[in-house]
Order: sequence, then structure tokens, then C-alpha cells
Amino acid sequence: MIEVLLSYWQPFLYSDGQQISGLAMTLWLTTASIGMGFVLSIPLAIARVSENRWVRWPVHGFTYLFRGTPLYIQLLICYSGIYSLAAVQSQPLLGAFFRDAINCTLLAFTLNTCAYTTEIFAGAIRSIARGEVQAARAYGFNGWKLYRRVVMPQALRRALPVYSNEVILLLHSTTLAFTATVPDILKVARDANAATLQTFPSFVIAAGLYLIATFALVGLFRLAERRWLAFLGPRR
Amino acid sequence: MSGLQVYAPLLALGTWMTIKLALISLLLSLFLGLLGAGAKLSTSRAARWMARLYTTLIRGVPDLVLMLLIFYGLQTWLGQLTDRLGWAYIEIDAFTAGVMTLGFIYGAYFTETLRGAILAVPFGQIEAARAYGLSPMQCFCRVLFPQMMRFALPGLGNNWLVLLKATSLVSIIGLAELVKAASDAGKSSFQLFNFLVLAAVIYLLIAVASNSVLHRLERRFAVGFERGAR
Repeated sequence: MIEVLLSYWQPFLYSDGQQISGLAMTLWLTTASIGMGFVLSIPLAIARVSENRWVRWPVHGFTYLFRGTPLYIQLLICYSGIYSLAAVQSQPLLGAFFRDAINCTLLAFTLNTCAYTTEIFAGAIRSIARGEVQAARAYGFNGWKLYRRVVMPQALRRALPVYSNEVILLLHSTTLAFTATVPDILKVARDANAATLQTFPSFVIAAGLYLIATFALVGLFRLAERRWLAFLGPRR
Repeated sequence: MSGLQVYAPLLALGTWMTIKLALISLLLSLFLGLLGAGAKLSTSRAARWMARLYTTLIRGVPDLVLMLLIFYGLQTWLGQLTDRLGWAYIEIDAFTAGVMTLGFIYGAYFTETLRGAILAVPFGQIEAARAYGLSPMQCFCRVLFPQMMRFALPGLGNNWLVLLKATSLVSIIGLAELVKAASDAGKSSFQLFNFLVLAAVIYLLIAVASNSVLHRLERRFAVGFERGAR
């Protein structure tokens, strides 16, 4: 264990000499795809609860597809499937985008987490009491203002516990990135295992790092819940 | 899509392997989940502590890391053990390793689901069963299980769909299941994209089929309970 730690602590934490790797890469993959997924999912969640079926159904189709299939196959399609199409390779811009492993990984992770987050937020929007929306409308809140001032602040708060699960699941899913040659924690562990033949220590270190990252996220979300969900707790 | 006829048997075998893997892992994880839930609700402090350690550790570490750890680590340990005992070398194949890891990992998730379901059954039911002199086994099979399933099924259904999707990870340790079959077929026919999309569609179909089975089970275990107004 000590041996592997001494020679591999640098790649495990931040850099393998050429590029960022290990924990830093895992955290970057997680935050980037969570961030982009979050931004995309808010308009999609609003569309998902729309009364117009031509708005609602395409979003439902998107979330159904991405939640019904394994992330690994989505990653494979993004990473090797799309690039194998002649039409993509012949286009310089698309070709350059899909040749880069990290672009493909981020694309797959973002779309996947966006689908789950959309459903979470849509569920939260649906759970808002009808009377509140009616009251807001009676006060003249409409469209954009209704969502910005009344619906979204509540929906996002109430979605927080479920959303924290999704973020942790995504952190765990980023382990798939090594199959697309992205040097995350697991890739470093595999390299260490291949070089030192110290199988157990290499993977245990990786598991420990993920455990720490998970607990840190759980702690952060607990703080966030204490801040934004204080109104749900017992009165003090 | 040309080449589909040539590779259809390969894909069918892969699909069958995925279904088999998912079902056997489901059985193992249900078993471990029941054990874990029992331990979490037991009066023994050691059992509660062990179960808590199990669920916390497993749910805090990504399944792929655990899979590689168990697949490679167990193999090394087993090699050392057989060496010391002078036995023949035992090799863990990818299927066994897949079933063991998926069962072990999802056992932790099932533990939480089943624990909640057991708690949802009124304790008076169990007291009544004891008062009638039912043995613990009879009490579980006749009283607790039929009632807890109504509460457990929605959670079990979710866990099952996650487990089904997680079987795709076993292709990484070399099992020829659906994803591996599709990417092999795609690579040799130069139609990787089409075959991968086809595999994704097969996963969707399995999910749709299992949803209808789950729905039927939910109705079966809810017999005698009226649904609230919706």
C-alpha cells in the first residue's frame, strides 16, 4: 500500500506529468457535467410540465431514452460510435470535436445527468401547491416572473435531497471515463496495478479516494439543505 | 442495416447473457438485502454495526471500482490461497465475478429498500403471529413477506432497472454480454454506430418488459388494499 502511494500519489491526486489526472480529473468531469446538465435541465424541466403536448413529449422522449439505457453504451456511442460515421469524419468541426476523448465523455455525462435532473426538477415543479401558483397569478405574476419568483425557487429547494443523490451517482459514474482513455482516478489505479502488480492496494486507494469525495459531497449537500430547506425543519 | 443477419446470433447470445446475469445477480442481491435488512433491524449491536458498515462502504464507492477490486483482487487472493494449500489453480470467470460483484453491490441498496419495507408493516402483525405460535420462518413467509412486498416493490423495481443497466459494466471485465457483442459486431462490420444504437434499443425493450412485469406484481401484492384517490 505504502509503496504504491509513494510512487503514485501525484497522478492519483492531480497530475500525471502531462495533463491533469486522478482526483482532479474526476472532480472536473463531475462539476463540468453537473454544471452543464443543471443549466440545460431547467428549461427542459419547465417544458416537461408544459400543458402543450408538442412541447412535453419530445422532452419526455429524451429523458426516457437516456434514463432507459446504460450510461456505458451512451458513452460508447459518443466516443466510438459517432466518430465511426463517415459523415462525421468528413466534417472538420465535428470530426475535431468527437476525436477528443474528453469532449465525448463530457457530452455523454452531461446528456445523461441532464435527463435525470430534468425528471427530478419536473417532479419538484409538479409538487408545488396549486394554490401558490393561483395566488401568484392573482397578484399579476405571469410567465417568466411567475417561474423566477415563485415556482423555481421552491422547486429547486424541494428537489435538493433527490438532486444530491443524482450528483453522487454521477460522481460514481465518472469511473466509466477511463474506458474512453480519460485519466481519472480509476485509470490511474489501473495504470498503477499494471506497473506494480499490486492489485489490491491500487484499487483500494482508488476506492478510498472515491469514498472521501462522496462523503465530502454528502457533507456539502447537508450544509446546503440546512441553509435552503430550513423552513421544512421543526420550528426553533 | 446490412450484416444484421450475420451478427444476429451473436447479439441474441449477448442479450441472453445480459438477462441471465441480471436475474442471477438480482437473486443474490435480494438474498443479501434480506440478510442486511434483518441485521439492521436486529437487536444485536454487532450485527447492526456490520450491516451499517456494509451499506455505507458499498454505496460510497463506485460500482466499477468495486467490480475491478473484486475481479482482480479476489483472483490474486484465491491464487495465493490455492498455492498455499497446494490445490489446483482456480480461475474466476467473468460471469461469476460479475454476479458476485453486482449481487454484493446491489445487496447494499436492497438492504435499505427492504429495511424500509419491513418497518412499514405494523409491528402488531408480527406480535400477533408470535402469539399464534408461528415459528420465525413461518412468521416471515406467511405474515411479514406478503405484506412488506407491497411497500418494497416500487423501490425494488427502481433498483432492478439500475442493476439491469449496471450489467453493461461487466463487459469491461470481458464478459460477452450485450454491449460487448454489439461493439464486436459493430467493429467487424464497420457499423459500430448502428450496432450500439441497436443494443441501446434492446436495453430499452428489456426495461419496458420488466416494467410490465413489475406492474403486475404490484397489483398482485396490493390485493386487499384500496388505492387512495389520486
